[in-house]
Amino acid sequence: MSDDVIHSGSASALVLDIRGLQVATQSSPAKPILKGIDFAIAPGETLCLVGESGSGKSVTSLAVMGLLPKGSLKATGGRIELEGDSLLEVSSTRLRDLRASRMAMIFQEPMTALNPLMRVGEQIEEVLIMHQKGLSSAQRRERVLEMLDQVQLPDIERVFDSWPHQLSGGQRQRIMIAMALILEPKLLIADEPTTALDVTTQKQILKLIKALQERHGTSVLFITHDMGVVADIADRVCVMRHGEVVETQPIEELLRRPRTDYTRQLLTAVPSLRPRAARAVTDREIVLEAIELEKRYGERSAWARWTGKATSQTLAASDIDFALTRGRTLGIVGESGSGKSTVARCVMRMIEPTGGGVRVMGKDIASLGRAALKPHRKRIQMIFQDPFRSLNPRLKIATSLVEGPVNYGTSREEALAKAAELLALVGLPKDALDRYPHQFSGGQRQRIAIARALAMEPDVLVADEAVSALDVSVQAQVLELLDDLQRRLGIAVLFITHDLRVAAQICDEVMVMQKGVVVEYGPAERVLGSPEHSYTRSLMLAAPGRHWDFSEFRPLDRVFEETSTATSTAIIYQ
Amino acid sequence: MIVAAICLASIVIIAILAPWLAPHDPLDMSPADRLKPPSDTYWLGSDAYGRDLLSRVLYGARISLIVGIGSALISVVVGLPLGILAGFFRGLDAVIMRVMDGLMAIPSVLLAIAIVSLISANLWTVMAAITIPEIPRIVRLVRSVVLSAREEPYVEAAVSLGSSLPTVMWRHLMPNTLAPLIVMSTYICASAILTEAILSFLGAGLGTETPTWGNIMAEGRTYFLIKPSLIFWPGIVLSICILSINLLGDAARDRLDPRLQKRGAAQ
Amino acid sequence: MFSYCLRRTLAAVPVMVVVALFVFLLLRLSPGDPAAIIAGDMATPEQLDRIRETLGLNQPIYIQFFHWSGELLRGDFGTSLMSNLPVTQLMAQRLEPTVSLALLSIALSVVVAVPMGVIAAWKHGSLIDNAIMSLSVLGFSVPVFVTGYILIKIFAIDLGWLPVQGFKRISQDGFGPFIQHAILPALMLSTIYIALIARMTRASMLDVLGEDYIRTAHAKGASEKRVLFKHALRNAGVPILEVIGTGFALMITGVVVTESVFNIPGLGRLTVDAILSRDYPVIQGLILVTSGVYVLINLAIDLSYALLDPRIRYQ
Repeated sequence: MSDDVIHSGSASALVLDIRGLQVATQSSPAKPILKGIDFAIAPGETLCLVGESGSGKSVTSLAVMGLLPKGSLKATGGRIELEGDSLLEVSSTRLRDLRASRMAMIFQEPMTALNPLMRVGEQIEEVLIMHQKGLSSAQRRERVLEMLDQVQLPDIERVFDSWPHQLSGGQRQRIMIAMALILEPKLLIADEPTTALDVTTQKQILKLIKALQERHGTSVLFITHDMGVVADIADRVCVMRHGEVVETQPIEELLRRPRTDYTRQLLTAVPSLRPRAARAVTDREIVLEAIELEKRYGERSAWARWTGKATSQTLAASDIDFALTRGRTLGIVGESGSGKSTVARCVMRMIEPTGGGVRVMGKDIASLGRAALKPHRKRIQMIFQDPFRSLNPRLKIATSLVEGPVNYGTSREEALAKAAELLALVGLPKDALDRYPHQFSGGQRQRIAIARALAMEPDVLVADEAVSALDVSVQAQVLELLDDLQRRLGIAVLFITHDLRVAAQICDEVMVMQKGVVVEYGPAERVLGSPEHSYTRSLMLAAPGRHWDFSEFRPLDRVFEETSTATSTAIIYQ
Repeated sequence: MIVAAICLASIVIIAILAPWLAPHDPLDMSPADRLKPPSDTYWLGSDAYGRDLLSRVLYGARISLIVGIGSALISVVVGLPLGILAGFFRGLDAVIMRVMDGLMAIPSVLLAIAIVSLISANLWTVMAAITIPEIPRIVRLVRSVVLSAREEPYVEAAVSLGSSLPTVMWRHLMPNTLAPLIVMSTYICASAILTEAILSFLGAGLGTETPTWGNIMAEGRTYFLIKPSLIFWPGIVLSICILSINLLGDAARDRLDPRLQKRGAAQ
Repeated sequence: MFSYCLRRTLAAVPVMVVVALFVFLLLRLSPGDPAAIIAGDMATPEQLDRIRETLGLNQPIYIQFFHWSGELLRGDFGTSLMSNLPVTQLMAQRLEPTVSLALLSIALSVVVAVPMGVIAAWKHGSLIDNAIMSLSVLGFSVPVFVTGYILIKIFAIDLGWLPVQGFKRISQDGFGPFIQHAILPALMLSTIYIALIARMTRASMLDVLGEDYIRTAHAKGASEKRVLFKHALRNAGVPILEVIGTGFALMITGVVVTESVFNIPGLGRLTVDAILSRDYPVIQGLILVTSGVYVLINLAIDLSYALLDPRIRYQ
């Protein structure tokens, strides 16, 4: 692979130059993880490293920082040059000196990346203590405060003395950025820095990184799986797969004219943000209905009463009304803490609603006891987010699939025959019955989980972030499967997701939730096409890559934009 | 690990075959042969009553192993259901765990001493006295495993598939506790053997004529300056026995504990 | 923070109640006649009747319990069968040797065990790690009295550096003689504790060293030493403190055996004497007091978390 843009410049101008990098496991026999990687980053440039899980993109970043887990991974060949320092050859003391001062890194999980027992200001200050020994403590404090100001944190004096647990995820990521950039390193490595954040926070963090990058002339190596983010921030893109670089191109080129089939597939699998048209209504029978559903946490404890403190109750969801008809898909969309999963779990009666009703096929199940609930459980089934935890690892697939029907009186033989049919229906071979969950990939397990739910012949399927843990290409297949099943079996789906793109492609109706209440509810085409509530609008505006139609390899012809009058919106045609 | 397994296996064999291996009756006193040094008749010498030390040490393995294995089994049999119930029902949890906290607070040897001093000491009371303080460890372990396992989506899935509570507990929750239980019960086995020896040593165990390692050492205390081997021989065998069980427990933990496996597999 | 401390303190109350209830029921539900157990084998029928009267054994069992625990709260733990002295007085006389020995052992254990655990975790998987861990398994496999007699044989009998038995009080004989007599018992008492704390320190450090913020610290360019002591050890502190607290129960066992081996006139020796004379009131008093101390120590450790961890402090 050649580097179209920068190979014209002299090699010394590069900030980072990786040639033939190989990393392997230290087990025997050694398993190659990176099989000879080449790419380079010019000053001030943003290079995005994209790929699905297992592509080796994170290993690449750790190899640069010299942070490969000791004893399990080891660089076995190639070169990593950071402005003339050969990182695989320098002494460990030199490598430590280079960290933070010449190259710095921010990580995916801001919640766990900070030491919980140190004030955040001190954690940033520690970088100065280690790398700039001449500074007095007053000077250090001043530098840290200045940096906190640069990452746009409010009330910096107070933030300096805060503990990590007192800050939100977005704020902690700002702290991480401040820590990374305080010595103005030439290279910032960002490993999925916004993946754990909500879209609106993600947008702010991406903007912040961009602003600081321009201010300090930093080069950025940005690792992500999200093509939307790539479209928004990359100068050049390096696509990785199975430990190899598939192609490296400037962003426009890559999005318009991908050279390899793999990149083409990757782009085609990205769901479009433009909502699909709702399907024609064929059946008006309401299969699932929520009436003024409410869930509050933290009952009045004796302790709270005794101390006379205000009861610390939180309304996780309140006043939720919706109706789902046969064969349709209702999406519940929202950020973390919006209460969307609470609604799903109340509907499933996995948690007890504290008010209102849930009607399944017309029957209110909200307050039924365990025994009375049993006949109705069958009608409504759930698919979970994490395919690696939703199947009992100790049971054969067959056992998992027949468990439900047998509970409702089907004979084992009959249930087994049915299970085999269902596996075929979700696109898995029949011999899967005799295998164990660990023998399947995440996508396959999600198919098995779907088959397990279908074995109950439910009227409603509740999918709680059911595709969020999957790679984008697998995600596309599972969504297609759901769509297909729905058409064939006429099942209604309650689809909980944080991903507007997924919602736009699968839902007929959409309900947007924020802090436990519904802010907007209506046909997907209207809610996501021309949202009325300001919160929905802010979600739409924060969606990464919203100008681009990935599967068509061109910009969207119609993009939702906020006009200068903040209260009204319009569709802007480009 | 292999050495530990061999050591333990030979102690088990010794315990089973003691009547055939022992050159003398362990209870047979011969006042003429008090405190004899090792000889052809008494390979390890004799004790203050002229009993053969080797025979007594060999027979001592029986009591120790019975107490160790018995305590481990009983504490699992009692603790497992209590732990599962505590992990599953919040109301019961409060009651069971308060009782367990109370039991944990009483130093095990003192509790055993109290029980033995109230009820005359025989194999069963000694075993009960040793086992009761161990039960909270099992209950706490099982409870914590159940508490985390019940949050697993596959358990929630089983509930929504209409599985009854006993099915969910037996098929989906209980198997999670097996691996940690195996590890914990080996540790309990070792600690029970140790406690039994301490009880005997302090004079609160089985009757002094019974050949237990603790009893032999308790008698040996008086003659420690003249004949230290009365303490060292049973002490060495006892140490090897406990050490082997602990090492096997460590090996089982390294193999079975998913937390350690996860660390190896992560990244 | 105040509410955390108050809640923790209140939570210790039911534990003590359960302990008291358990000790109470142990006597009442045992097959023998409680009065006979309290009075001893030599008691006359009149004495038994009098004891039944004072214990209220003819009243319903819950009234007996309230009566009994009321006396405990007033500090009346009954009277020893052997010496006819109040149990509290007996225990008070024996307190100093035991407390000074226990404190010395705890200090010794922490000073030795924590660095051992840290080094083992830092050099995870190396020869030195294996060596430390093997020593630690050995430490809690070899029974305390065997360790004790080995120590006596080597240092007291063969080398003759230290006394074989006996004890000197700091309050009467000064620090020098105290240390001379206490060093072997303290070593003996520490072995299990050292093994336990070293193991827990290593496990807890290994857990913490896998955390994201340790990776952050490395990414900042922190040295190994800084990562280990500034970032990891404090975070590993809670489980280490916890094991120091729960290990206190083992310490009590150790005290009983150690004092018996070295003939130290402390609470442990009192226990052994009580066993031999079947002096139940003394055993009962010792159980209640040691359990109470156990609960208090663990409460103190719980409260110290608040100092260690801001997440608890700002609850």
